[in-house]
Amino acid sequence: MSDETLLAARGLVVRYGSTDAVRGVDLEVRRSEVVGLIGPDGGGKTSTLRVLAGLLRATAGEAEAFGADTWRTRRALHHRLGYLAQRFALYGDLTVDENIQFFALMYGVPAWKVRRTELLELVGLEDFRSRLADRLSGGMKQKLALACTLIHSPEILLLDEPTTGVDPVTRREFWRLLADLVGEGLTLLIATPYLDEAERCTRVLLMHDGRILADARPQEIPDLMPGSIVEVTAEQRTRAAEILAEIENVADVSVFGNTLHVRVEGARDPVAVVRTALGDSGVPVEGARPIPAGLEDAFLYLTRSPEPEVLMEASS
Amino acid sequence: MSGATAEGRHPAREIVVSASELTRTFGDFVAVDHVSFEVARGEIFGFLGSNGAGKTTTIRMLCGLLRPTSGKGTVDGFDIATESAAIKTRIGYMSQKFSLYTDLTVDENLRFWAGTYRVWGREFERRRDWALAVTGLETRRQALVADLPGGFRQRLALSCALLHEPPVVFLDEPTGGVDPEARRDFWDLIDDLSEGGVTIFVTTHSMDEAERCHRVALMHAGKLLALDTIPRLKAVFPEGSVLELECADAARAVEELENLSEVVDAALFGDRLRAVVESPEAAATIERSLVAAGFGPVTVNPVAPSLEDVFIRFIHEAEEAESS
Repeated sequence: MSDETLLAARGLVVRYGSTDAVRGVDLEVRRSEVVGLIGPDGGGKTSTLRVLAGLLRATAGEAEAFGADTWRTRRALHHRLGYLAQRFALYGDLTVDENIQFFALMYGVPAWKVRRTELLELVGLEDFRSRLADRLSGGMKQKLALACTLIHSPEILLLDEPTTGVDPVTRREFWRLLADLVGEGLTLLIATPYLDEAERCTRVLLMHDGRILADARPQEIPDLMPGSIVEVTAEQRTRAAEILAEIENVADVSVFGNTLHVRVEGARDPVAVVRTALGDSGVPVEGARPIPAGLEDAFLYLTRSPEPEVLMEASS
Repeated sequence: MSGATAEGRHPAREIVVSASELTRTFGDFVAVDHVSFEVARGEIFGFLGSNGAGKTTTIRMLCGLLRPTSGKGTVDGFDIATESAAIKTRIGYMSQKFSLYTDLTVDENLRFWAGTYRVWGREFERRRDWALAVTGLETRRQALVADLPGGFRQRLALSCALLHEPPVVFLDEPTGGVDPEARRDFWDLIDDLSEGGVTIFVTTHSMDEAERCHRVALMHAGKLLALDTIPRLKAVFPEGSVLELECADAARAVEELENLSEVVDAALFGDRLRAVVESPEAAATIERSLVAAGFGPVTVNPVAPSLEDVFIRFIHEAEEAESS
């Protein structure tokens, strides 16, 4: 049951005029997964979601939901799939209750009143049922939009950057809400530019420039690149960076606040390599310790590889 | 931790931005409540908090755009309440969205900003050449800004904000959504500026950006809750108090985990769980409890707290203190 594929794309291409937004994407989303489509703006995330939701026709390639072409079966698909767009449409001059009612009637949901009450409790809006949508805070509007998107009890929910520009407290609350939905059996495909949200997913698709650069479980992210990362703290940070960049085993140096992240390749003891190099040059080291590579490190490595297509297979 | 000042890394620490008991009310609403901090020359200072926490109001006061109700502040030695005209020449401001005219060329944008900052003649040419060099746009001076990739736009916006060589620059979520390569180039530039003595004041919701700052301040409900370097902020979680768990059916186990007395906070992370515990000894108890509840096999590993964990903790503590 849990291996059932709900969404699949093969060789997916989306072209707007002369611009290729999506350039040959292969992906799968299986039941009960929380898949993060993670990458910078303009990388093709929204176009990919829209094709998978049956809202946009692919230029080339295949996109399937529940085993059928998403465009051809889009009417039926919309009863099984929810899509939360980045700019969601609520009726500002309708109340919370009325907004959900509108979506319930549009989808022809039977016995929607019970479902509405459940959803309002879930998103924590039960005390605001008669408030106009325009008079809700930003975070509450988003919760209302989520409730509207779920009124027809979809099996899979596609979310386009629900946490962009959202403060850390609201963001954490939103992820808690999503976790509750996952607990009820909902499958999620969620687009985000925040690399640190990878940890929230069961699987991550790293997307850049219309392509999927990597497909991995969060625990596998450090394995996406060779070598290991050493975090170095040194008073003479700039000088330390210059010295380390010249060392043979050092593949990359980047500044992170008061520290340096140094990627060391082909060395048995990466910390010793760093300490020796800086010690030899008389640069005092306050600290040097191995840290797990993050998605940003992986992204930088992958976008600099000569052949970004040759990457990890989907983990199973 | 109001009034916090971290010990400087450098003995001769010159203060460029200061706030002392800074307060601003709008009617009955206290937007900024006795906020005190100091920012040193060359420091990259992160300013974080929820929407409505008082960040924007604080920055507007520091920029001389809004008078404090009480308290004092200085920017580059000038008083924010009485010398706002001088302050406006001592600061630069860049936000991701509004700084550039996309239907003007690179040259035209530089000329426009130089004009608003009253940088003319030879001085303008010198600063324009600097801006073109640091952005890597020497060969694209006639390009429309609309046609530039995001990373170039970001650096151009920053250099426009620095044409008049202000000692302090305010950045509003400068690299949200840009690709890591461009973000890194941008922060390399920030780091060079900081080394050169420019003070950088960054407001952001992005933890990826906050991690790049030398010190980070957290505001909540008008108050300054925390101010320190990132390693020291993360040290509010003792070693072993943030755990990652793998178990069967994590989506359902989270509720079981939440109800354990040892667990302060629990959340689902993909098909794993995160728990914050009071003491490292809790790991063994948690493992036994989850196995007993039928979620075995269970593995528990300590992990480093994220900056988000840190902030949520400070905010929860502040809210609890308020309600008790």
